[in-house]
Amino acid sequence: MEGAEARAKRNLVITHIVLIIMAFIMLVPFAWMVLTALKTNQESISVNPFYIFPHNGWHWENFGTVWKSYNFIVLYKNTILMIFFRVLCACLTATMAGYAFGRLKFPGKRVLFSLVVTYLLKTGYEGLPKELEEAASIDGCSVPGRFLHIMMPLTRSSMVSLGIFTAVFAFKDLMWPMIVCTNANTTTLSAGLAKMQGQYGSEYPTMMAAATLAVLPMVIIYVIFQKQFVEGIATSGGKL
Amino acid sequence: MFKKMTPAQKTEAKWGLLFVAPTIIGLIVLNFYPIFNTIYQSFCKTGDFGKGNTFVGLANYAKVLQSSETWQSLWNTVKYAIIEVPFGIIIALVLAVLLNKKIAGRSIYRTIFFLPMVCAPAAVAMVWKWLYNTQFGLLNNIFHTNVAWISDPKIAWISIGVIGVWSIIGYNMVLFIGGLQEIPGDFYEAASIDGAGGFRQFFSITVPLLSPTTFFIVQTRIIGALTIFDLMFMVMDKTNVALKKVQSIVYLFYQYAFTNGNKGYGATLVVLLLVFIMIITVILQQVEKKVVYHN
Repeated sequence: MEGAEARAKRNLVITHIVLIIMAFIMLVPFAWMVLTALKTNQESISVNPFYIFPHNGWHWENFGTVWKSYNFIVLYKNTILMIFFRVLCACLTATMAGYAFGRLKFPGKRVLFSLVVTYLLKTGYEGLPKELEEAASIDGCSVPGRFLHIMMPLTRSSMVSLGIFTAVFAFKDLMWPMIVCTNANTTTLSAGLAKMQGQYGSEYPTMMAAATLAVLPMVIIYVIFQKQFVEGIATSGGKL
Repeated sequence: MFKKMTPAQKTEAKWGLLFVAPTIIGLIVLNFYPIFNTIYQSFCKTGDFGKGNTFVGLANYAKVLQSSETWQSLWNTVKYAIIEVPFGIIIALVLAVLLNKKIAGRSIYRTIFFLPMVCAPAAVAMVWKWLYNTQFGLLNNIFHTNVAWISDPKIAWISIGVIGVWSIIGYNMVLFIGGLQEIPGDFYEAASIDGAGGFRQFFSITVPLLSPTTFFIVQTRIIGALTIFDLMFMVMDKTNVALKKVQSIVYLFYQYAFTNGNKGYGATLVVLLLVFIMIITVILQQVEKKVVYHN
């Protein structure tokens, strides 16, 4: 009979093998996207021989070409603006409503609350100690003053979560920008990609360079703030 | 109602209403109005060239319900869900259990698995479409096969489902890890003292105690899968012969409402999908009472 230690070691090895295989499957599409983006058109459709890595030099200039010819600067600008306003609206309305539902008494509160499905911030406000507000109230601080200066700063982490969640889903949205922004100058990255594919779908290095440019900023921000991203999306999504 | 209040209570009530007003207005403009408008549109024929709606009663419903395309698309949507929901959940659960231990590289694995969650589905779908390419794609060239991954009607729905599973695993996994961390460690300790092995512990402790999380994921993923659009739209060309066997209800809605300009017909498809989702939700609530473990 094998010892407990040997068995634990074997389990650990199996765990890592499973995780590495899965990580590989998750990364292959990204790797293939970037590798294709660095090839020439001809090379991307050469089957015999089939190259995994670019064979005739790495064509970094593909990114520059795509950037210019598809006006990525405009797509980035529109996407950032769209995300900014959606995050601002979501955070502002949610924090105000969260404070009102969590801390204030007003007529129709229960009926109104039953209409609102999402409430991440209400629980955040409810959890704060009552004394904080009472002291300020005695000092003559008004409701909006208490909200802005005392309560809101304390729920900053839930606000960050909600903000990240809103930003990521605004970034991923495809159908809404396709319906609303039919003009190339007002569209977002997602809808822009859909349009490019319709026009130049068979120029694979071009399409993959465009896809890389579209996902790269969010991926970089995600890798830097991965803890906040994972928690933000999971907690906000988990409470919808 | 206001009369009985002290001045301080009145001020509080005033601010309370003012603070919830933006949310309630948003809800009306962005949720209630579109729902009622969709229902109204489903009883109308959209006039040509911007002419107003004409009331046609149940004519759209008769057309939608008689069209085999509708039922095929509903079936396609269900087939997509049959791939995405169970596989996306089982793989995620296995990964969550493996990552719930203290092992080296834990946060690197988590970062990698969650990566598709921050990527635009439009870009993800473009990459997969390229991987699936019959002539030049990576898959056929690596495995020396000649499979028409996305243009063979018998296979295409599975290929689309695989993209869905790949995209959602990380998200489901993170929710499962959250659920696993709420299970008290002493349960496992007590079980090991009693001689229960890893598998026994998984099925007698983890599965029942995790059931609220699992149920939540099942419920949200079913609704997510039934409203799938992006993957079909980006991967399937309009000339693709497998399109009819893959297109989802929301895809069909988009085609009718925005490509063909027949908003009334599109709205009817949305109402049909809403009714379908409501039926599923009611069934799920019944299932929840029987299956989910509450302590």
